Amino acid sequence: MSNKIIELKGLTKNFDDQQVLKGIDLNIYENEFLTLLGPSGCGKTTILRIIAGFEEPSNGELLFNGIDISKVPPYKREINTVFQKYALFPFLNVHDNVAFGLNLKKVDKSVIDQKVSRMLKLVGLEGFEKRDVTLLSGGQQQRVAIARALINEPKVLLLDEPLGALDAKLRKEMQFELKKIQKEVGITFIFVTHDQEEALSMSDTVVVMNNGIIQQIGSPVDIYNEPENRFVADFIGDSNIIEGNMIRDCLVCFDGIEFECVDKGFKENEEVEVVLRPEDIDIVEPDKSKLKGTVASIVFKGVHYEIIVRTARRDYKIHTTDYHEVGKDVGLSFTDEDIHVMYKMEN
Amino acid sequence: MKQFKNLVRPYIIWSFVLIVVPLFLIVLYSVTTGGNSLVNIQFTGENFKKIFEPVYMNVFIRSFKLGLITTVLCLVIGYLLAYFISRFSEKAQNILILAVTIPMWINMLLRTYAWISLLSDNGIINSLLTLLGLDPVSMMYTDFSVIVGLTCDLLPFMVIPIHTSLAKMDHSLIEAAYDLGANPFKTFWRVVFKLSIPGVVNGTIMVFLLSISSFVIPKLLGGGQYVLIGNLIEEQFISVGDWNFGSAISLLLAVAILIMIRIMKKIDPDENGGA
Repeated sequence: MSNKIIELKGLTKNFDDQQVLKGIDLNIYENEFLTLLGPSGCGKTTILRIIAGFEEPSNGELLFNGIDISKVPPYKREINTVFQKYALFPFLNVHDNVAFGLNLKKVDKSVIDQKVSRMLKLVGLEGFEKRDVTLLSGGQQQRVAIARALINEPKVLLLDEPLGALDAKLRKEMQFELKKIQKEVGITFIFVTHDQEEALSMSDTVVVMNNGIIQQIGSPVDIYNEPENRFVADFIGDSNIIEGNMIRDCLVCFDGIEFECVDKGFKENEEVEVVLRPEDIDIVEPDKSKLKGTVASIVFKGVHYEIIVRTARRDYKIHTTDYHEVGKDVGLSFTDEDIHVMYKMEN
Repeated sequence: MKQFKNLVRPYIIWSFVLIVVPLFLIVLYSVTTGGNSLVNIQFTGENFKKIFEPVYMNVFIRSFKLGLITTVLCLVIGYLLAYFISRFSEKAQNILILAVTIPMWINMLLRTYAWISLLSDNGIINSLLTLLGLDPVSMMYTDFSVIVGLTCDLLPFMVIPIHTSLAKMDHSLIEAAYDLGANPFKTFWRVVFKLSIPGVVNGTIMVFLLSISSFVIPKLLGGGQYVLIGNLIEEQFISVGDWNFGSAISLLLAVAILIMIRIMKKIDPDENGGA
């Protein structure tokens, strides 16, 4: 990938006697759409506020193009923010809100007008210049907030759960549009969300966080298919998480049965956790599988059925489009690639 | 809500007797002659004409000047104080606002007498000055003493509305201004002050109104020769006994204040549909 634009090195943050960030190391690259994903209170917003300059890190370094900016005030950083509740100035109209940054820089009025209308066009609000921002819908306010930030031509745009207040349909639309805008302006977007689907569908890189610690950094596909630990597997998508042990490379044992797999690099007989995604498990005739059980329940979910199969050791969750009656004896089948072996979490 | 409607009636009667009727009487008095005798009234414009005699006009001008000075002083001190208070935690803010309002719990006369004992020729300040080997300064019965008294008395009326509008301000707007490149000074002028204008307008109207119509403080701190509109009205009703002239002055003052309020409200963005 291209050049690093922001580097976090051993960043910590304490509020009173509570440590909300416990040593964050993260590289953010140019033109990257990076998402900080995690449950509320995991520290993702704090990272964003430190990058924006609203909070100072307690320890560690924040490098921007290789220079430490942790003491630089927000108004001197080439970074702009789209706030969670948009924070538009209620006493200014759409044009003046968007032009706020350029007015401060004493840019020529005709240049400002030109840039404002170009920005409004980019976010799909052409001709809205004279409108009162307090009378706009949530989605429109959101777009004004994006235009107001982007007009300053920042190197990095920070977005703090910007889609949280929108309804489901508008949210989908804005996800698509944000991605489009990011491609068009070609700058780094750092996006904060607790919505895993949002993170997976928009990002180049997803950073999964919990309790002030980064759990995993990777592409959406990697994060989903190769979760590094139980938290990531559990937080992103549905999963069956099974304790087992690694007999040797490419051979794992769980539920008392040995399975061939594709994972390597564990110690012999190391205790591990195995992830089986519900949609990766097939229901077959009992005699065609090593793992047997009976259907305990079936729930219709729209696209698929969610079936719980009770085996000797545990219940498995399976997503399938086929109907199976409760009480039926079945076998569970999955390929070598469907088994994802993870290191066991310490606690 | 409907069943509570009848509860409003006593209040309507009450306000009719105590507000509407007296107001009507003042209007009536101001355009008639004949003092308190309502039997043989005669309509006249003489009362209003009399106000424009230089003696009385000077009182008006002096009062407005004093009211203006007091209001500006209250605005500057009050804004700084309100801004300072709004920086604290919510708990501390409550205590500080309480401290600002505590003087209002004490009788105004008492507060004014306290100023007399501070400012008088052999008062506390002059005693201190003498102790330091400086010449005593005569402060009582001047514009200075009246302005000091009025400013201190009316300061809470400025601090509270400004503090309210500062305290309810969305902090993310300030962060947004920083984020867009405004330094703290520009953020204050372009965002914080703009958002506090409703409080400033309300405080200014209240202080101006109260200062221009006050009569106890000018009387006590300004001495007998110090005549403001309030004193003039009081004099007409209590000592001179010309209720008609007194009513005319009151009416003119009320109209002047109404006009000023209208002008001030024009500045308030909320009153102009957010434009």
